[in-house]
Amino acid sequence: MATVAPDLRRSPTRPLSTLGVRSGIGLGITLLWFSLLVLIPLSAIIVTTTEGGWANFWRTVTTDQTAHAIRLTVTAALVVTLINAVAGTVIAWVLVRDRFPGKALLELIIDIPFALPTIVAGLVLLSLYGNDSPLGLHLANSSASVYLAFLFVTLPFAVRMVQPVLEELDLDVEEAAASLGASRYVTFRRVILPSLAPAIAAGAALSFARAIGEYGSLVLLSGNLPFKSEVASVRILSAIENDNPAGAASIATLLLLVSLTVIVVLDIVQRKVASRG
Amino acid sequence: MTDQVYARKSRKGLFAIIAVIVAALVAAYFLFAGGDDSDASEGDGPNAGQTISIVGFAVPEAANKAIAAEFNKTDEGKGVTFKTSYGASGDQSRAVEGGLKADYVHLSVATDVDRLVKAGLVDENYDKGENKGIVSSSVVVLGVRDGNPKNIQSWDDLIKPGVGIVTANPASSGAARWNALGAWTHITENGGTEAEATTFVDALFKNVVSLTNSGRDATQSFLDGNGDVLIAYENEAILAAQNDQGFDYVIPETTFKIENAGAILKDATPAAQDWLDFVLSDEGQKQFALKGFRPIRDDVDYGGTVEGAPDPKKPFPAIKHLVTLDDIGGWAAVKDKLFGDGKDGAPVGIVTQSIEKSGKASQ
Repeated sequence: MATVAPDLRRSPTRPLSTLGVRSGIGLGITLLWFSLLVLIPLSAIIVTTTEGGWANFWRTVTTDQTAHAIRLTVTAALVVTLINAVAGTVIAWVLVRDRFPGKALLELIIDIPFALPTIVAGLVLLSLYGNDSPLGLHLANSSASVYLAFLFVTLPFAVRMVQPVLEELDLDVEEAAASLGASRYVTFRRVILPSLAPAIAAGAALSFARAIGEYGSLVLLSGNLPFKSEVASVRILSAIENDNPAGAASIATLLLLVSLTVIVVLDIVQRKVASRG
Repeated sequence: MTDQVYARKSRKGLFAIIAVIVAALVAAYFLFAGGDDSDASEGDGPNAGQTISIVGFAVPEAANKAIAAEFNKTDEGKGVTFKTSYGASGDQSRAVEGGLKADYVHLSVATDVDRLVKAGLVDENYDKGENKGIVSSSVVVLGVRDGNPKNIQSWDDLIKPGVGIVTANPASSGAARWNALGAWTHITENGGTEAEATTFVDALFKNVVSLTNSGRDATQSFLDGNGDVLIAYENEAILAAQNDQGFDYVIPETTFKIENAGAILKDATPAAQDWLDFVLSDEGQKQFALKGFRPIRDDVDYGGTVEGAPDPKKPFPAIKHLVTLDDIGGWAAVKDKLFGDGKDGAPVGIVTQSIEKSGKASQ
């Protein structure tokens, strides 16, 4: 923020703080609420990790089985996030720009992965893609099942973030670009994409964060086979069952760090793309 | 101006929506909050008016409900009400350790009650009585597909090539450790060495196609077409059949006795002791038997018929070689040796290693 160096940056139009009494109370309540719900639990995880010590943290996350589970989780979450960024934008585009029968129904169905309890989603996925699959797709107990479950639960994030921005986008600007001789590609690349970038990035960040901690929707279908389809959250569960909270917190802390990194990277990419407009 | 009016209007609308939601939540609370309480029966026994909080693992819920109904008919049980909470054994134990109100706990493995002893919540002598802390029991069985197409008869058939096994994961589900003990003792209690048992368990986990996090998930996975064999408990198989989710099962010649621990907490309401006594009585054990558990004493009369068993007239066939925890020195002797997860640099347990090896081999 510009308020970091008040002596240099302070100007009559930008006071150090805009907080009056009322907004001060507002900020206080916000921070209290945020602390209770987010900051304190997060600190607790990190404190539990440090109780085990650095050696324990390192041993936990580098154990072959755990390391593989973390790699699978992060890789699948990244791939799914990329797919969502593209597919979600396309779906949002279709929903906003096109008219077709059944559109309202499609709008409704998009949100179902949000609304469905994850364990129910797991049951549905198992009966559709398990060994008794009516579709002839046998994905049970393979790493592909992890990707599938992630895709299922995270799809709405990208669509729902991009859609409202796309709705607000002025068609006039696109027409102006076209009349100035821009090809459809250039229009998309230079006009539409920069406006959508923040929304796509936000959707991608949510998708990634959701996927990396996903548990309920995949446990039934994935079979949790070590080195094959076992994800990080299952390793956390194992550590807890073995009365090893420091081990569980170690894996959780690593996942938190990865999420944070991905969210920061997404933000940087988003700013770059948006500034090219 | 119009903007302001609009804002005020939409804010009014928002308040209306919030008010409706709050009202709905309050109504829902009053409608459902008392949902767990079973009906208090009329009358005034010595314990009338007391509420017993039961915290248990998921499987005996139906049986405990039936026992509670019978308990309410006795003098001690008159006017006693129940609050219940059921879930995964380890989770329930940790919840009570963390402060969940409980008067009586009923958990799959004794190590989950030991956690509460360590926390000072349960008397350390809870397992010194006649029942040794055990309130319900069953045996490990092998669930098979209709007609047993792979001809599974014993543990040895599980390691044959082409046999797919579904089991809950002994690493992440404490309750699934009974399954692994069945496989392990099938060798060690029949004259085999520990090295041979390790080889057998390695081979068994190589054939595992789905390693779920609870017995319930394993059954679901098996019913949805995974694998050829489900390592399960007899009582779950019978209960599943009572709920029209049954599957054929085979009782191997050598198998393991499952003993679920129960205890009252130190600061439990006085009625809890009477409840525990009733659970252990012939009447309580009869209710367990009707839901598929083997009574903890051989002389309990349950009427001779248990619906859901393959042969309801002969629900609990005698087992040639039934291995118990006592035979192998109790949980303390096997907990770290078989199931340790390498915490603080301790050696990793044999079964934990088998699970890891199974995944590496298939890579």
